[in-house]
Amino acid sequence: MKTLLDFIQQNIEMFYVVILSIFLGIEVISKVPSVLHTPLMSGANAIHGVIIIGAIIAMGEAAPDNYLALALGFMAVIFGTLNVVGGFVVTDRMLEMFKTRKPAAAKKINNK
Amino acid sequence: MIANILTVCYLIGSVSFIVGLKMLAHPDTARKGNLVSAGGMAIAILATLILYRSNGTRLHNYGWMAGALAIGAVIGTLAARKVKMTAMPELVSLFNGMGGLCAALISIIEFGRLVQGAPVLHTLVILAGLMIGSISFSGSMIAYAKLSGKVKDHAFRGQHVFNLVVLALILFLGAYLLCGAAMLPASVIFYAMLALSIGYGILFVLPIGGADMPVVISLLNSCTGIATACGGFLYNNPVMLTGGILVGSAGAILTVLMCKAMNRSLLNVLVGSFSAKPGSSGSGKEEAHKEITVSDAAMAMAYARKILIVPGYGLAVAQAQNTCHELEKVLKEKGVEVKYAIHPVAGRMPGHMNVLLAEANVSYDLLLDLDQSNDEFPTTDVVLVLGANDVVNPAAENDPSSPIYGMKILDVGKAKLVIVNKRTMKPGYAGIQNQLFSQPNTSMLFGDAKDVLQQLIEGIKAI
Repeated sequence: MKTLLDFIQQNIEMFYVVILSIFLGIEVISKVPSVLHTPLMSGANAIHGVIIIGAIIAMGEAAPDNYLALALGFMAVIFGTLNVVGGFVVTDRMLEMFKTRKPAAAKKINNK
Repeated sequence: MIANILTVCYLIGSVSFIVGLKMLAHPDTARKGNLVSAGGMAIAILATLILYRSNGTRLHNYGWMAGALAIGAVIGTLAARKVKMTAMPELVSLFNGMGGLCAALISIIEFGRLVQGAPVLHTLVILAGLMIGSISFSGSMIAYAKLSGKVKDHAFRGQHVFNLVVLALILFLGAYLLCGAAMLPASVIFYAMLALSIGYGILFVLPIGGADMPVVISLLNSCTGIATACGGFLYNNPVMLTGGILVGSAGAILTVLMCKAMNRSLLNVLVGSFSAKPGSSGSGKEEAHKEITVSDAAMAMAYARKILIVPGYGLAVAQAQNTCHELEKVLKEKGVEVKYAIHPVAGRMPGHMNVLLAEANVSYDLLLDLDQSNDEFPTTDVVLVLGANDVVNPAAENDPSSPIYGMKILDVGKAKLVIVNKRTMKPGYAGIQNQLFSQPNTSMLFGDAKDVLQQLIEGIKAI
C-alpha cells in the first residue's frame, strides 16, 4: 500500500496527464460523422506509433556488445517506424480522396 | 539546456497529437490534421534521436538505428502507397500489429535489463506492456488474415470460457512474477506470459465474424495505445504517455461509435451471436427468387426517373467503382437522376465505401446517408443493389431471431423495382438468408459486379 501511495506521489504529474488525456480523447472523438471513422481509426493508429521513441531509447541505451538487446531493439525500431510512416501515409491517401470535392471533381470530368 | 529543449519538443509533439486528432474528426480539416500529427511525430522522434541523454550520456548504436529507421520508412511508405483501396482495412490492422509488436519487444529488452530489487511498479509496467502489446499484435495479425480471406472463422464449444481461463492464467503469472517468484526462474514465467498473450490474441479474434473485424481492429488499436502509454510510464516520457492514452481513449470511443452505427453492443460483437449460431433464421431452405436479364434491367433503368445505387463489398471486391461511376454518367445523359445510398457499415469499415467512390471521382453530394436514403426510396423507380446483402436485409427489422436484428437497414423494398446484383445466391457475410430476394418487386441479376455493370452500360447506350 505504501509503495503504491509513494508511487502516485512521485508520479503525480503523470497521473494528471493520464486522466486529463482520457477525457480529452473522449471529448475530441465524440462527434464524428461515420464517414470519417475509417480515416480517424487509421490516424489514431499512426499516433500510437509514438511507441517508436521507446524503441529508440531502448536500442540506444543498449551496450554495443549486448547483441540480443541490439537485435530486439533493431526489430522494434523497424516495426515502430512501419507503424508511424505507414500509418500516416495510408491515412493521407484515404483523406486525399475526400478532398476531390465539387470543384476538383468537376474539373477532372471536364478534362476527360 | 539540452534537456529543456527536449522537453519543449515533447510538448509540441503532444499538443500536435491533440490538435491533429481534433482536426481529423472534421471532414474539412481532416487531411491537414493528419499532417499536423505527422509533423509533431517527426519533431518528437528527431528530438529523441539528437537530444536524448540517459544519465548524461548520448544514445549509442546510431548506425544500426539509422538502418532500422530507413528500412521501416521505406517498407511502410511502399506498402501504404501500393496497396489497393479495397485492401486498406487489412493494412491498417497490419500496421496496428506492428505497433503492438514494437511495444512487446521493448518490454522484452527492458525485462532483460531489470536489476534485482527494481521497484515493483516498474516491473508491473513492463509486464502490462508485454501482455497488451503481444495480444494486440497477434490479434491484429488474425484480423489482417481474416480480412484478406486467408483465415476463416474458427470456434469450438466453450471457447469463451477457455479464453477467460487463458486470460486469468496470464494475469496470475504476472501477479506471481511481481510477488517475487521463488519456484521458477523469472524469465521462464516471463516468456510463458509472452506465449500465452500471443495465444490469447489469436483465440480472442478467431471466433469473431469477419463482418465485425472493423470493431475488433478499432479495439486492438485502442489496446496498442494503452501499451504505448505503458512505455511512456516506463521511460517517464510525456509524449508517449499522452499519445498512447489519447489513442487508447479515442479508440475506445470510436469502437463504441462503430457498434452504435450497427446498432449493437460491444459485448454482442465480442461474444458474437454472428459466430455462435450461423444460419439460425431460415437458412435451411432457399427461397424462390426471380431473375432479370441484363437487357431488361438496362431498359428499366434507362426509362426510370430516379435510380438509387446501393454499393456493397461485392462492388469493392470486383474493383467496379469506376465502372459504377461510368454507369452513373451514361444514365445522366439519358436524363435519369442517379444517387448513391451508403449504409454506415457498407464495405469492410465504416466510411470505406465513401472512400472507394471518392476514388472513382463520384461527386461527394451524390452520396446519401442512411436516413436520407430511406426518405428517398418511396419515390425511387429503380434501386440497383451492387454486392450488398446484410445492409438491405429486412430480417434486421422484422425477425427477432436474426443475428442482425436491430441493425438499421436501407429500406430498398419501398422502391418500385429492386435489381440485386450478386455473384451467387449464397448468403452474405453474416451467413443469413435475405427475404428481400424473394419479394415480388425484387429481381436478381447474377454475375460479377464489374461485368454486369459493363453490360448494363452497353445496353443503356444502345437504347
